[in-house]
Amino acid sequence: MSIPTSSIEQVIPGQGSMAQPEVARPGRARRQRFRFLRSAKATTGLVILGIYVLLAIIGPWIAPYDPSARSNDLVQGPSADHWLGTTHLGQDVFSQLLVGTRSVIYVGFLAAIIATTLSVLVGIAAGYIGGKTDDTLSVFTNVVLVIPAVPLMIIITSTLNNVSDTLIAVIIGLTAWSWNARVLRAQTLSLRRRDFVEASRASGESTWRIIGFELMPNLTAVIASGFVGTVIFAVLSEITLAFIGVVNNGWNWGTILFWAQGQQALGQDAWWWFVPAGLAIALLGTSLSLINFGIDEFVSPRLRSAGKTKVKTAQGRTIRMRIGFTPVLESPMVQATRMVPTINTDGATPVAREAK
Amino acid sequence: MRYFLQRIAFYLFTAWAAVTLNFFIPRLVPGDPVQALISKYQGQLSTKSIQSLYVLFGLDKHQSLWQQYIDYWKQIFHGDLGLSFTFFPAPVSQVIGQALPWTVLLVGITTIISFTLGTGLGVLAGWRRGSWADGLLPVTTFFSSIPYFWLGIIAIYLLAGPDSFFPSSGGFDSELVPAWDQYFIPSAIQHSLLPALTILVSSVSGWILGMRNMMVTVSSEDYITVAHAKGLPERRVALSYAARNALLPSVSGFALALGFIVGGTLLVEIVFSYPGLGFTLLQAVGAKDYPLMQGIFLIITIAVLVANLLADVAYLLLDPRTRKEG
Repeated sequence: MSIPTSSIEQVIPGQGSMAQPEVARPGRARRQRFRFLRSAKATTGLVILGIYVLLAIIGPWIAPYDPSARSNDLVQGPSADHWLGTTHLGQDVFSQLLVGTRSVIYVGFLAAIIATTLSVLVGIAAGYIGGKTDDTLSVFTNVVLVIPAVPLMIIITSTLNNVSDTLIAVIIGLTAWSWNARVLRAQTLSLRRRDFVEASRASGESTWRIIGFELMPNLTAVIASGFVGTVIFAVLSEITLAFIGVVNNGWNWGTILFWAQGQQALGQDAWWWFVPAGLAIALLGTSLSLINFGIDEFVSPRLRSAGKTKVKTAQGRTIRMRIGFTPVLESPMVQATRMVPTINTDGATPVAREAK
Repeated sequence: MRYFLQRIAFYLFTAWAAVTLNFFIPRLVPGDPVQALISKYQGQLSTKSIQSLYVLFGLDKHQSLWQQYIDYWKQIFHGDLGLSFTFFPAPVSQVIGQALPWTVLLVGITTIISFTLGTGLGVLAGWRRGSWADGLLPVTTFFSSIPYFWLGIIAIYLLAGPDSFFPSSGGFDSELVPAWDQYFIPSAIQHSLLPALTILVSSVSGWILGMRNMMVTVSSEDYITVAHAKGLPERRVALSYAARNALLPSVSGFALALGFIVGGTLLVEIVFSYPGLGFTLLQAVGAKDYPLMQGIFLIITIAVLVANLLADVAYLLLDPRTRKEG
């Protein structure tokens, strides 16, 4: 439902203005592993996601109550017995939240796996094979992209009775692959004519080998970012479907909100009923977005927040770094990657204007 | 011109695909859904609507699938989308006709405001990278991760109430009759403020981020350096050189993102009981009113296609390369 925020499609690394001169690094032959984790954003995102996955696994066991069990405490506020209060039937909201995590994470990841697989197949095939295949696949992708996914999912799920979590994931996966396929196609097109691909084609490697061993490794970041984006989309879609009430077997965060809305939680001032579920969704979404920012910035260092833009020169004057010139601060991160050439701020930079 | 014709051909093809999907989905239902519906409505359905249900679900055994498909198209060209059971005996087209203006106005206006505002802020954030504008990013990320409908619930909880200026539900005061007069229009605007604000807050961040990233990319192009070197005023470089070029992907993204936005706004309507398509869809889902659900899906798809076409026209105006005869 949110607008896909990944900008990878627009930024093609290594082409045009994005081409970075390779700086020779003698004595630094060892590749930095998990460099991506150095980004604070990505690490924060991964830690939060990890907690969610853990809760998805152990949630139903550590939940203090059966989420559907009724009791006599109707619509009670948070207390020692019920940490997040109770519903109109006396059910424990905290237990519902914990138990619901599993369904949300399961559907999110399964749908994302399905959608990513489809998008890789369609996107890379369209980009690499080209010609008529490309035209057909592109039109197909765009048709799926333009048809509004949420109303389509609503009619499909309400047509089929009693859909299981797995079936929901399949439906979401089948409607959510098109954006990534488009991005992957664009990336494949730009990689296709590179020297290393031409070389492997000339040396007679099979198409499958070229796609699997030459193209795919270079598309890893794009695929990963698409995967994370699809998880967000799938989670929001599942919760939407549950909130509308077309899916109502088992607990997930949308079901909690469905009951809260249907039983006038707002009118009864029962904030504990609908606030936690929404915050849980927002926090999960934020953690996934942070991971995606990490990937984006890893792929295209220019997108990093610039940090300090005012630099003191040797003459003691202050210069504001202009956009387009990534200021290089000698932090360990930059030393390790060194993807941007250092700018000599002493006057060689033509557009670095002095501050007033 | 050729570009434009290609786009139109594509939209016609998509419309065909949507109608075809709509034709096949009810045929996936296992068992005999019509019997289930008849027993659910216990004699409230007329024989005519039962017959049309059998046709809808493809259970009319006298016809081949192909014949049914042709008939379905004939019906659509006559604007006949069947009878709704929730609003029996109103035809679906009439129910949709009442709800559509609400949705088009609410979603249309807020989407345009959100796009303009977000793009403007994105230009600022991208051009002044490293200033306070970078602080926008984490805030907007959080807001974009919140489902639209939950934000709506919170907005009602915090801002609406019996004494508040913002009404918590409906599209206009219940004492009024819809008309273009001085009583109805202010009431309608007052009722749409909170839903509009909700949609605005959740959708603006996507535009900010996309535009910011494009500005950062475009700013390092040679023509920007040249513009600076020529000594053009900073404003001019930022707006006429960088922003104009950075806008292109945002405009084409606008068309594609519309499908996502519409999905979210339908839910905002549900939360606010706003008398648009989303709220009607909720009622249809609750009553298993298949003809109405399908009609709404079809109309939404067509509306999105039309909006896409408009975005294409905007793109043509912005990018002279597409206008070149080729």
